Amino acid sequence: MELILAITSGALYAAGFYLMLRRRLAQLIVGLGLLSNGTNLLIFTAGSLTRAKAPIIPEGQTAMTGPFADPVPQALVLTAIVIGFGVLAFALVLAHRVHAMTGSDDIDEMSKVSG
Amino acid sequence: MMIATLALAPFVLIPFAARMGKDSRWAAILAIFPAILTLCFCITMGEVLEAGPITVNLPWAPSLGLMLSFYADGLSLLFAILIAGIGSLVVLFASQDLKGDPRSGQFQATLFAFMGSMLGVVLADNLFALFVFWELTGFTSFLLIGYYNNRAEARASAIQAFIVTGTGGMALLAAAALLEIGAGSHSFSELLSGNADIRSASAYPWIALLVLLAAFTKSAQTPFHFWLPNAMTAPTPVSAYLHSATMVKAGLYLVARSTAILGGTDLWTGTIVTAGTVTMAVGAWRALAETDLKKVLAFTTVSALGLIMMLLGFGTDTAVTAALVFLVAHACYKGALFLIAGTLEHEAGSRDIRELGGLRHAMPLTALGGLLAALSMAGLPFFTGFIGKELAYDALLGQAPPGPALLPLTVGASMLLGAAALVAGVAPFIGRMGKAAPTRPVPLALSLPPIVLAVAGAAVGVYPSLLDGPVSLMAANVTGKTVPVHLALWHGFTPVLLLSVLTLAGAASLYAFREAIRRRIWPRTFGFERLYTGGLGALDKVSAWSVPAMQDGSLRSYVLILILAATSLIAGVIAWAGLPPMPPMTEIRPAEAAVAIMIIAGAISAARARATMTAVLSLGVTGYGVALTFLFFGAPDLAMTQFSVETLTVIIFTLVFYHFRRFRSHSNRMTRLRDLSVSILFGGSLATVLFFVGAAHTPFGLGSYFAGNSAALAHGRNIVNVILVDFRALDTLGEITVLATAALGVRALLRMSKRDEKKP
Repeated sequence: MELILAITSGALYAAGFYLMLRRRLAQLIVGLGLLSNGTNLLIFTAGSLTRAKAPIIPEGQTAMTGPFADPVPQALVLTAIVIGFGVLAFALVLAHRVHAMTGSDDIDEMSKVSG
Repeated sequence: MMIATLALAPFVLIPFAARMGKDSRWAAILAIFPAILTLCFCITMGEVLEAGPITVNLPWAPSLGLMLSFYADGLSLLFAILIAGIGSLVVLFASQDLKGDPRSGQFQATLFAFMGSMLGVVLADNLFALFVFWELTGFTSFLLIGYYNNRAEARASAIQAFIVTGTGGMALLAAAALLEIGAGSHSFSELLSGNADIRSASAYPWIALLVLLAAFTKSAQTPFHFWLPNAMTAPTPVSAYLHSATMVKAGLYLVARSTAILGGTDLWTGTIVTAGTVTMAVGAWRALAETDLKKVLAFTTVSALGLIMMLLGFGTDTAVTAALVFLVAHACYKGALFLIAGTLEHEAGSRDIRELGGLRHAMPLTALGGLLAALSMAGLPFFTGFIGKELAYDALLGQAPPGPALLPLTVGASMLLGAAALVAGVAPFIGRMGKAAPTRPVPLALSLPPIVLAVAGAAVGVYPSLLDGPVSLMAANVTGKTVPVHLALWHGFTPVLLLSVLTLAGAASLYAFREAIRRRIWPRTFGFERLYTGGLGALDKVSAWSVPAMQDGSLRSYVLILILAATSLIAGVIAWAGLPPMPPMTEIRPAEAAVAIMIIAGAISAARARATMTAVLSLGVTGYGVALTFLFFGAPDLAMTQFSVETLTVIIFTLVFYHFRRFRSHSNRMTRLRDLSVSILFGGSLATVLFFVGAAHTPFGLGSYFAGNSAALAHGRNIVNVILVDFRALDTLGEITVLATAALGVRALLRMSKRDEKKP
């Protein structure tokens, strides 16, 4: 399963970077979103997969018993998801604004306008 | 403790110097402090003569085993006395020289900062402390050379001196680190008393050459000497103090100090003697070609530094004794001559030797100082310079080859130096009046310091046996064994006496023909400075070519460079270390595999999409797929967060991209193919690394701690949540701040859009 998830994460990165190498602003941001998803999957997979219990202590107990998923990568990924969303939202609105001002979503044309 | 206090005292005085230095009368009083320091060092010297060296340890960074330790033996105290003593005279001189300068307070403060740094260099026991003080002298020297910072020439010289001596400083740091590794100590007192023979260590050649690089750059040895004449853009008190009497001798101190630890090998002796000899010759030759009084003195300083360096390189008893006596003599007469050059410039308005002459009546005290200093420099009997020169000749005669072979060159250089001494110290005061003339009597603050220095130099020459004890002690500190020293004026009719007479005669005749020599001397320069300018120019050219090539302002090039660099790094490591054996994998379940394939399909579709909406929906598909994967592998929290975030993302995307047209392809087929293959290469290498990392199943580190303590310490059952809001709450606060900032940005951008819409 690690192999499949590793390939999946790699595919998300490849597609994300391919889109970031395009001249379209919209494609750039979609690429950013793919990259963000790929990273989340990457951290999650690197933190060792397990189908065991979620790291939630059952009612009436004070500690986990038996095998359980590592909570540390999960906490990291949770942070990453939220930050990724913040960045994406900002990038989107910025793109919207730039598009409104320049009337174009071609990055190269934009630099010509400003320069 | 006493030594540490004395060494650091000038730093404490900096604020006073800054305040008092503003007014010339108060600034003159400042000179008392270094004078007191000098007295203290003389008393300490007396103690050391009887009771041996003093060591003081102050904790600096105890966790690293670093101590701010000071070590005072004869050698370091000799330098300390020169630094504080000449410092006192220079402060007095500067109080008048810079009278009326609005920044004179700043100048005096920097002078005191330098004095403290220099005392630190010669009194530090710890090589790392030595390095810090060494760099501080370079830094204060930079400030002082560039004091007239409105002149481009001064700025360039300051930078040049800083780069050249700073390179040596880095070498010193590297040497200290190697010595620490090789000999297990970075303290002079331990290394000097230790039995470990560093000379046979495999790192020895590196240590020796790095130490010598530091010493050669600081003491202006060829091919690094060019910064010193250029540093003459500094105010004259600085030239007298830093660039003849003290800082340029820091390299000599380093070599002398290291002789007992690193010296005695062919590498050590050969390198130093070669550099010293060449420097002596180059400096002496160039001195007579100059017309600027300060440049003449600067080149003679270079030459003298070379001679002392050469003698230290031989490292025998007689050579070291000669080096030390010559060093003291040079500090006195050269300091005096520089101050006299400063007086001439300040009072007569010129330091061009063609415009100066006949000033003996207008400035009698200064003329007397010049005469005494010049005669000492030329090596006339009854002056310290004479004793130093005799000792040097005697030492060379007694050396193993190539010692005696260097004698003709040394005598020749001494003749040139003697002629230069007369040019600098006598010529401005005799003969016909030149163009430059003073308008008032010379103030005492200007005439006193040079004459004190010159008389001090002459006094020792009359009673040389005064110095027997201290010089013997210092020489012993350098060589590491007892050195009997008997300084005397008269040695009888020896070959050395003959050489001295020959030198004087040569100097006198060279002086007589000085005009002709100055006009016809060839070559006028040796072109070593071109190494520096050429090197800097090449650096500029590389930057001019590489910066625009690497930073063209286009995001795409940055992304491309980033991916390619990362890919080659990963591929390089794999090629170098090979792949680990295939690890066991978690079993594959059809449903999970199907979700993974869905994500991959989503990614491909997003990359291929022509319509904006297709791309956005494909992005959503990958997000939901990732969320499902989280759910499969015991992370329900992540799944929930990802689901909601993904939904929001798709909605916002749709709203924003509603206005955007269809994608048109802007790039041709080749570009797309290139981008695609680069991206796939990167994705592939990342997947490889991730596979081996993920399948290695490293055991929990922090995970078990959190699992065991979240209920007990934080009263929470959802461990991931407890980590976020309790154990790592500060991180989460930071994260919230980031989100809030992003939200503010979004809000501001949207308001701007609204305002634009309202406008017609």
